[in-house]
This record gives sequence, C-alpha cells and structure tokens, in this order.
Amino acid sequence: MAKLTIADLKKIKEKQHATFTLREGGYRAKVTVHMGTCGIAAGARNIMTTLMDEISRANVEDVITTTSGCAGFCAREPMATVEIVNKAPVKYGNLTSDKISEIFREHVMGGNPVEKYALVVGSETTY
Amino acid sequence: MEKYRANLLLCAGTGCVATGTPKVRDALKAELEKQGLADEIKIVLTGCNGFCAEGPVMLVYPEEIFYQKLTVNEIPKLVEEHFLKGRPYEKLMFKDIEKKHAIPLMNDIPFFKLQVLRVLRNKGMIDPESLDEYIARDGYTAAATALNEMTPEEIIKVMKDSGLRGRGGAGFPTGLKWEFASKSQADQKYMLCNGDEGDPGAFMDRSVMEADPHSVIEGMIIGAKTIGASKGVIYVRAEYPLAVERLQKAISVCLDSGLLGENILDSGFNFNLEIYLGAGAFVCGEETALMRSIEGQRGMPRPRPPFPAHKGLWDKPSVLNNVETLAQIAPIILNGADWYRSLGTEKSPGSKVFALTGDIRNVGLVEVPMGIPLKTIIYDIGGGVNKKKKKFKAVQLGGPSGGCIPQELIDIPVTYEDIVKTGAIVGSGGMVVMDEDTCMVSTAKFFLEFTADESCGKCTPCRVGTRVMLDMLTDITEGRGKEGDIETLQDLSKDIIATSLCGLGQTAPNPVLTTIKYFGHEYEAHIKEHWCHAGICSDLCSFHIVDDLCKGCGACMRGCPSNAIVGEKKKPHRIIQELCLQCRSCYDICKFGSIEIRPALETKPEPAVKDEEVTT
Ligand SMILES: Cc1cc2nc3c(=O)[nH]c(=O)nc-3n(C[C@H](O)[C@H](O)[C@H](O)COP(=O)(O)O)c2cc1C
Ligand code: SF4
Ligand code: SF4
Ligand code: FES
Repeated sequence: MAKLTIADLKKIKEKQHATFTLREGGYRAKVTVHMGTCGIAAGARNIMTTLMDEISRANVEDVITTTSGCAGFCAREPMATVEIVNKAPVKYGNLTSDKISEIFREHVMGGNPVEKYALVVGSETTY
Repeated sequence: MEKYRANLLLCAGTGCVATGTPKVRDALKAELEKQGLADEIKIVLTGCNGFCAEGPVMLVYPEEIFYQKLTVNEIPKLVEEHFLKGRPYEKLMFKDIEKKHAIPLMNDIPFFKLQVLRVLRNKGMIDPESLDEYIARDGYTAAATALNEMTPEEIIKVMKDSGLRGRGGAGFPTGLKWEFASKSQADQKYMLCNGDEGDPGAFMDRSVMEADPHSVIEGMIIGAKTIGASKGVIYVRAEYPLAVERLQKAISVCLDSGLLGENILDSGFNFNLEIYLGAGAFVCGEETALMRSIEGQRGMPRPRPPFPAHKGLWDKPSVLNNVETLAQIAPIILNGADWYRSLGTEKSPGSKVFALTGDIRNVGLVEVPMGIPLKTIIYDIGGGVNKKKKKFKAVQLGGPSGGCIPQELIDIPVTYEDIVKTGAIVGSGGMVVMDEDTCMVSTAKFFLEFTADESCGKCTPCRVGTRVMLDMLTDITEGRGKEGDIETLQDLSKDIIATSLCGLGQTAPNPVLTTIKYFGHEYEAHIKEHWCHAGICSDLCSFHIVDDLCKGCGACMRGCPSNAIVGEKKKPHRIIQELCLQCRSCYDICKFGSIEIRPALETKPEPAVKDEEVTT
C-alpha cells in the first residue's frame, strides 16, 4: 500500500462520501419506492433496480433511495415518492422502468417534477 | 461504483458477539441473498453501540431505525418486512415500558437521545476495521494538522485551553502533563496508552478500543509529536482479545499506509507503536506500576517524584494517558478549545463516558455532558431501577476507589468537583446502581475484598490494613460485630489513606467511608440488633410471613429450597424457622410483599437432622 499524504486523506473522504451521506444524513434527495405486497406484485422491485442503476451511472452521492410499505393506492402501483430537501414531496404512480428513469433525470437531477406521471404532491412518512 | 440503498450496522462488540452477532450476521447475509437484496443492502460490523444488554443490536441507515435482541429465527421476517416491503419491523424495536409502544428511531429512544457523542463519535457509525471509514469521519485530519502545521507549544496551548482532564481516574489536566514531558530533555521519550481498565464493571475503554481503535492511535500520534516521542506502547489487558485484535489490525494498516512508522504523512515525524498485553493485575493500571510491567518487572508502584514526565518507562520521559482521554484529542485539535468547553463546567469541561450497570433498566454505555445531574443519567437515560416495585437506594461511582452516593444526593451535577464532595469520585466511569434490597455493609465488603486481593503488598498499611478492615467487615456481616467497630474502621481508613504509596491504597477505604457516612444506621443495625434489613447477610436476618398480607398462593412454598414453608391454599402460610436457611428466595418470589425481614432470631432452634450429622 502506498504511503498516504494529506491530499490522499481528502480523496479517501470524498470516495466515502456517498456511504456517509446515507449514514449521517445530509442528502439532497430521497426516493422512496413503495414495496407493499401489491407494489412488489406490480413490479416495484424492478423500479428499485432501475433506480439504483441510474444513481450508479450518474455517479451522484447525495441521492438516497429507500422503501416503504403500501401507499394505500394499490391500483396505481408501482409507485414512488421523490423528496427534494425543502420541497414538497411528489408521488408518482403506474411506473415502469422507462418512467422512473425519466423521473430520475428530470426531477431528481433536474429539479423539475414530471407532471404527467405525478399522482399527488405530499406523502406519508416511511414509518 | 458500489452503491447501496441501505447500510445495516450490526454491532460486533464483545457484548453482542456473546449474545449472537456471528450467527445473526450469517442468517442476515443468507436471507438478503435469497431475496436478491445483497447488491442493494450492505452489512457492516461495528464496535459496541452501548446498549449491550439489548444485544445483538443493529442500526439501519438511512432511516436510522434501531433493532434489538435480534435472533436467527426473526431474520427472514425482518428482511421480508423491512428490506423487501419497506415496513420497519416493530417486533424487534425498542419498547417504551410505560406506554408499551415501539420506538423505531434510535434518536427517539431516551437512552440514546440524551447522549452526546464525542468520544464515542464513531460508535454504530463505522466499521472499526476500515481505515477509509475512519478517514471519512475526519479521521487523521487532526494528526495531519498537528504534524504539519502546529508546534508542540501550540498543541499544548489548545489542550490547556480546552481544560481536558485525564479520564483514567485522577482527572489530571492533559495539557499540563504533556507540557511537563515536552520540556524534559532526553534522547528518547515514550507516549503510552493505558488500556488496563481494571475496575470491576467498567467497560468504557474496551468499547472505545473495539469500536474506534484509530481514534486512540490518532490521539497518541498527536501526543507523541507534542512531547517528542518516537516510540509508543498501548498497554491492554489480555482479557480483551477483541480490543487487542482490532488495535493490532489498526496499527498494521497504519504502518502500511504511512500513518505510523517513518515520515508520517510526509511530515518528517516518526512514531512507532506497539501493544503490550497486561496480565490483569489491578495495580498494573497505576502509572508507575504499568511502566515497570512493560519493562518486564513485577508491576509495583514506586514513589513519585521522579514523575514519569521526567523518568518514566526505561527511566525516560513518558506520558501515560487513558484510552478515553486519547480518543478525544483529535476532535479538540480539529474544533478547538472553545468547542470542547461548550459542554460541561468550568472545572470539568467536555463529556464523559459511563458504564451503567447494576439494578438499572438500561444497562450500557453512555456518554453525557459533564455537569448533567446524576438523576438524569439514572432515570432518564438509564430508565430507573429495573424492578418495578423496588426503590433506588444508592449509586456507586468510581469502582473500588470510589464511593456510594445515596438517593438524597441524586440531584448533584456529575463533575469532578461536585462528586468528590460526596466522598465518591468520578473515577474512570463505572456507575453501579443499587436498589433498596442492597446491603451497604456487604457492598463495602465486596469492594474491599477486591482491593485487599489486588494490593501489591509493598506498603504495610495497604497490605495489612485492608485485610484487617476486611476481617472486621466480615465479622460485622456474620454477627460478630462489636461496639466501637465503626470508629475503628474510620480510624484505620484514615491511616491507610495517609500512609499508602499509590492510589490503590489511598482510595481503598472510600467505599467503607462513604457507606458509613450515608448508611451508618445499617452498620449499627448489623452490630447492635443483628439485623440486616435487606436480608442479604444470612446470619443477621429471619424471614416471616405477615398473615394479613399473605394470600395463600403458595408461590413461596414452591420456591423454598428447604421445604420450610407450610400452609393451606388461600390461607396465610407460615415459615418453620428451624428449617429456614435465610436464602431469601421467598422474599423475592412473593408478589404481595408479605414476607418480612426481621432481626436474626435470638436462639435459633436447631433442626433435628443436624444432630445426626454431628454424630457421624
Ligand atoms: C490502582 C490503580 C489502578 C489504575 N487503573 C487504571 C486503569 O485501569 N486505566 C487507566 O486509564 N488508569 C488507571 N489508573 C490511573 C493511572 O495511574 C493514570 O493516572 C492514568 O492512566 C493517566 O491517564 P489520564 O491522565 O489520561 O487519566 C489507575 C490508578 C491506580 C492507582
Ligand atoms: S498502596 Fe498498596 S497497591 Fe499501592 S504500592 Fe502500596 S501496597 Fe502496593
Ligand atoms: S428464606 Fe429461603 S429457606 Fe427460608 S423460608 Fe424463605 S425460601 Fe424458605
Ligand atoms: S456490544 Fe453491542 S451494544 Fe455493546
């Protein structure tokens, strides 16, 4: 292993940034995929996988994803809620892989909610 | 890039490993794989999270949900509910006893909510075996600053301004200690860490070494630079295998990456660090004895002066600091003296870690601001006495060197200066809570037994004096106490304190003195009435059933090992004194409080069987 310099300490810290955003909080955006039995049946797992791929590919560190139970809107599953810090959360329904990719690009990264897929603004908490 | 949506920080401290972490980890791993979640959810093993009694414990990020008492059987359900369906699993959450509801978030649980994390800043947050994770939490940034940008005088000034006092027991100002050693001239100096932790019931230092070994190493690097030491030793007791293993790994990764060894972080500073395994004698925690022990001699204290700052290990200038002291150095360098002083009082700044044990609901490790009322620690954080019907009686602070603080004084702030006024000491942070069923004479005897055994024997007052006191306490608890014993104990205490060489002898009488001071009536009752009110000293009590209270449920009868209880269902029962062994079982069993403890019987009728035994 090479000897570390002070610059290396900073690099290591940056490399760990995403992990510690997750543990310490301080994220910019949180996407909650609703994973009730109905959500899973409707393909919520697929939505989660796509979302995580998108995040990896975009190499962003301040976006976290989490899951929650049934949102009580079973007919519109799979669903997800996007919360940008200090903005009202937006709930999306009838999702597909393509739609969540678009939402990720436009809303999570671009800051503009994708109105055509949006169900409501506002959400219940995770617990 | 590896990207996870959740991190599961599973405690792998000594406590949780003992209650099942390895099996739970395997089950969790298997279940995540089975559900196809292994790429999304990462398991990280941490050091002690402080809530050992509820172990194995796990924290789920990003939600910060706290799970406790994990079992292999519950894992499939937990994974399905929380990680697949996104519904945090209530069954494994902490429960509020009064309100009977689950508390999902760690920081809503009173035990955690009222703590401040400085020493324990990385507990439940990092993998102690990962240097990168330590660095991610600002690790080694303070060392880099100290090595490259600060002079020893500047570091000493920050430490002195911060007011940090050594956490090993004596509370000596760290900045001053470093200044003395820094001014000593010598070709070789040593920076040492005291990880002996001999107080029975204490596990603060063990947890720090297990959960965050790099924080100790970083503190030592900064200390070494300040005093000009190129060598260091961490003295750890051999009974702490996990702490030793984590420290060893941390030292070797530091050597590989240039954080120890030659030219650390390109600063031109060299520091080599070793571990020395202590054999476990309590007196080896005393600084001069510890140094003798590292030199391969018998661990015996020697007179000071010369002080270690002038003549320490191998007669070279040395600084010895406690584990918890060292773990706080880096944040002080990074954030400054004023930040440190933002908690605590003028004379006792900062925070302190305590190990809460005994008759308390939330057993565990807590870090609190200095100056917090003792009451807050015991009731709000500790959750009060663990048995519903029992009252809090006293708390023992400072282990065998400390003393008992009674219920009346529970409002005092926990600072060095306030605690010492009670006759106890803050000490290294052991806090043993005792409920009303505790016999204070026996408690004093317990601690004195410990010190008498651990006396190294060098000083007569300590070696012989503690034995004489112990014999007197034994006599008192067995019914041979005499008028005047209390005064004799106090006189002996004064002599031992005044004439012993080291802190062991100088503090050994404290538990006796404080129990006499606050619970003198118990000593009197033992001596004059042959009455141990708590029913602990079996020669000094008798058990009786109060007719009016007894419901005749028969529970005591079934629990009595000696068949000494008779009675018909739903009618008051009776204890046959000839057969009673004073085992106290019935007292603990009876739900109606109908067992009464009275003085020992004047003449106890001998059971008939005894005669046969004598003749054979
Ligand atoms: C009998 C005896 C046992 C001690 N045991 C310990 C111990 O286990 N750990 C410790 O840090 N200090 C212990 N000390 C205190 C040390 O002598 C020393 O004061 C301390 O390690 C200095 O570190 P600090 O200034 O950071 O507190 C003990 C002292 C005595 C008299
Ligand atoms: S006071 Fe006791 S332990 Fe300390 S040096 Fe003297 S005999 Fe040994
Ligand atoms: S004290 Fe023990 S032996 Fe005596 S009556 Fe109660 S249970 Fe039986
Ligand atoms: S060992 Fe797990 S909480 Fe202490």
